[in-house]
Amino acid sequence: MSVRTLPLLFLNLGGEMLYILDQRLRAQNIPGDKARKVLNDIISTMFNRKFMEELFKPQELYSKKALRTVYDRLAHASIMRLNQASMDKLYDLMTMAFKYQVLLCPRPKDVLLVTFNHLDAIKGFIQDSPTILHQVDETFQQLTETYGGLSAGEFQLIRQTLLIFFQDLHIRVSIFLKDKVQNSNGRFVLPVSGPLPWGTKVPGLIRTFNNKGEEVRKAEFKHGGSYVAAPKEGSFELYGDRVLKLGTNMYSVNRPVETHMSGASENLAAQTQESIAPNPLAKEELNLLARLIGGMEIKKPSGPEPGFRLNLFTTDEEEEQAALTRPEELSYEVINIQAAQDQQTNEELARIMGEFEILDQPRRSASKGDDLLAMMDEL
Amino acid sequence: MFRRERSIPLRGSAAALCNNLSVLQLPVRNLTHFGVVHGPSAQLLSAAPEGVPLAQRQLQAKEGAGVSPPLITQVHWCVLPFRVLLVLTSHRGIQMYESDGSVMVYWHALDAGDASLVQAVFARGIAASGHFICVGMWSGRVLVFDIPAKGSNIVLSEELAGHQTPVTDIATEPAQGQLDCKPLENRDCIADVVTADDSGLLCVWRSGPEFKLLTRIPGFGVPCPSVQLWQGTIAAGYGNGQVRLYEASTGTLHVQIDAHARAICALDLAPEVGKLLSAAEDTFVHIWKLSRSPEGGYVEVEHCHGECVPDTQVCGARFCDPSGSSFAVTGYDLAEILRFSSM
Repeated sequence: MSVRTLPLLFLNLGGEMLYILDQRLRAQNIPGDKARKVLNDIISTMFNRKFMEELFKPQELYSKKALRTVYDRLAHASIMRLNQASMDKLYDLMTMAFKYQVLLCPRPKDVLLVTFNHLDAIKGFIQDSPTILHQVDETFQQLTETYGGLSAGEFQLIRQTLLIFFQDLHIRVSIFLKDKVQNSNGRFVLPVSGPLPWGTKVPGLIRTFNNKGEEVRKAEFKHGGSYVAAPKEGSFELYGDRVLKLGTNMYSVNRPVETHMSGASENLAAQTQESIAPNPLAKEELNLLARLIGGMEIKKPSGPEPGFRLNLFTTDEEEEQAALTRPEELSYEVINIQAAQDQQTNEELARIMGEFEILDQPRRSASKGDDLLAMMDEL
Repeated sequence: MFRRERSIPLRGSAAALCNNLSVLQLPVRNLTHFGVVHGPSAQLLSAAPEGVPLAQRQLQAKEGAGVSPPLITQVHWCVLPFRVLLVLTSHRGIQMYESDGSVMVYWHALDAGDASLVQAVFARGIAASGHFICVGMWSGRVLVFDIPAKGSNIVLSEELAGHQTPVTDIATEPAQGQLDCKPLENRDCIADVVTADDSGLLCVWRSGPEFKLLTRIPGFGVPCPSVQLWQGTIAAGYGNGQVRLYEASTGTLHVQIDAHARAICALDLAPEVGKLLSAAEDTFVHIWKLSRSPEGGYVEVEHCHGECVPDTQVCGARFCDPSGSSFAVTGYDLAEILRFSSM
């Protein structure tokens, strides 16, 4: 499908990650200076110039699991640590939120406005660092250059690619359930009222023309929905009114982060199939992943700054419980790639991953391939 | 009025692609065949009238280099004068099977050249005209394959250059069907193939040993994901929710319907009765009746039925019989085929 999809997928999921982390940092009463440092570190890593260069190269999407490793890295780019259960929950929330935004996007092109909403909010998170702000603005410019000239057809292909990436993912998210935008079976509610996409007329009119092009008849019909025309088009400029609210921060202190885990039983078979089947293309994916993550520069925590652990759940007990009760088909734990088959790639990836390795984690000494998988597991 | 019938379960959910449902009716055995794309695989199944699935088959796109398994873009049954072939298009090429999907009789690999580095390469848009099968390409070209009455000696006979952007859909109609309503002197310019693309441009062709471009109907900035042809009238569904009807031979616009609130993803025709079906991402399926105006002779439209499929981003919809008294619908992320029939 479209080879222009990865930057949008990465930036929007990253934006959702930051919304959630920001909310949890406040909920967990992490001191302000530490919280600011965490967000600044992650944003700076996310928008690193070399990493963005790799990201914007035309390429296919990674599997959900491979992409998850990128966010594992990103979430650990600062002094904050997340354990497996919290990281799972974080990734679930991010993916479901962006799936919702892509699905509800009025026009395919509006996925760019969703991205801009995320970038606008990310800029608001940055504290006292013109350098990081500049990084985000550079990415904004790159987005405008890459996507500004694309046709409606190309955006449609991008949207289809994103929807195929999120296909069969039906995790119930409490904030969506409460807002009645998600049904209890995990499917999103598609409204049949409200503003139309920009450029679409209110359905209900049939106009007939004769051979000379003169209108000879105007008839109405009942569409079944009740829509209003879009008030104006959202701004694609660096600063402007995006009009569209999709992609803005939906969390606040009063609206905490919660999830209900549920593998939609009807699609269980398909999902398990995906995780069991060995992927012969994994080697190549690993290769690309190595290149991508290679562009991500993570500063090792230096100095006396003590780290802390962030919990996506209200209590530690809940977190433990979630780790035990997580449905198997939703597990990201083992990246099912036959890593041991390609020594060279592995060494490269292991080297890169090793650079970010948190030193106090015990390392199993085995082949490099096992190391890599172990590192991914340990996150 | 239509009522919901028992739906047919699918092994995998339908992918978010336009025209993601193909239906083949075999009146002899009273079976209906359905084809749906899941992503890297497509599912074929046949069902008896009461909706019980009888036989199922999974088809995969042929592997090739790449990070992920190639995605299928469309499956479609091509009814030719002497045989029926199932055509599958993907990001790797074109696969043609015997109608039950059991034997692959032809494979055409896409030659991307350097294009694959900067843009997606795929085939999309499938239709049969006489003994030809036309398949659209990412580049805008349309490949015309000459199909023998039997066997696998399929030959690429022509490449049509009418489009500059990726082809979305192709519609055909037996030229015979139009003969009755045409003056004798115009029979050479009977349009029997229409191709549509991502920019909304339509190209109207006369098929034959050499295809002839009759006219081009310009787009207006939105894609045209689905197109149909009925008695010399083109029905085109657009990304802004509009359905437009044109005179195929001249390209004259006769009807413009503000039909849907979101992009249209599928159109279908019941040729016996001139019924048109339009389905869109706004969760609605509409059925329209086409007729010729008694005075001017141009086409007119009447709305017959609207069906909401709640919370479903429809991605495929087809009539299940030539008289348009039943239809089937697929939706993104939905692992079933929904069926409706008139009461």
